[in-house]
Amino acid sequence: MSLLNGASAALITVGVVFFIAGTMGLLRFPDLFTRLHALTKADNLGLGFIVAGLALYSGSWMVTIKLVLIWLLVMTSSAVASHLIAQAALRKGIKPWQAP
Amino acid sequence: MTTFLTAASIIVLVTIAIGFVRVIRGPGKADRLIAAQLFGTAGVAWILLFAYATGKPGLSDVALVLALLAAVSAIAFVKRAWKSAEEEPHESA
Repeated sequence: MSLLNGASAALITVGVVFFIAGTMGLLRFPDLFTRLHALTKADNLGLGFIVAGLALYSGSWMVTIKLVLIWLLVMTSSAVASHLIAQAALRKGIKPWQAP
Repeated sequence: MTTFLTAASIIVLVTIAIGFVRVIRGPGKADRLIAAQLFGTAGVAWILLFAYATGKPGLSDVALVLALLAAVSAIAFVKRAWKSAEEEPHESA
């Protein structure tokens, strides 16, 4: 039981690190497109790690299925939203950032 | 384990709060909106961690609602609020 809790804690720690990385990217990156890149990928991966850790912690199949469904919904909606925002920005004529 | 889950949820909440700096600073409207997207994703993670830290797994329904609302807000922003005046309306839907 303690081994399961340890694995769960490790997975949740990795997920929290990905969330911190996503927020750092949102603050530090120079452009709308790069910020979208940081946010929608790193945060969904972090949410996946946290969901995996919580599923190990709960120890129940029904809870696991529900958590994975929440993660899939968040991933789908985030991918659709990021593509919509990026396409609208390109159509409005916002140039992607180039390294100077 | 409960203490660990509470600490993790507080750290995720702090990252949301730091992300709101982009709402204040962000040069464009879309930069402010993607900070709201951060609130959608990280808010789901925070609610899930908080639910299991306090032993109330029913809170995960709140996380589901938050995920749905984040998607709807982004779509409404792109389709309705982010149209510039000089852009010709070539799309009907």
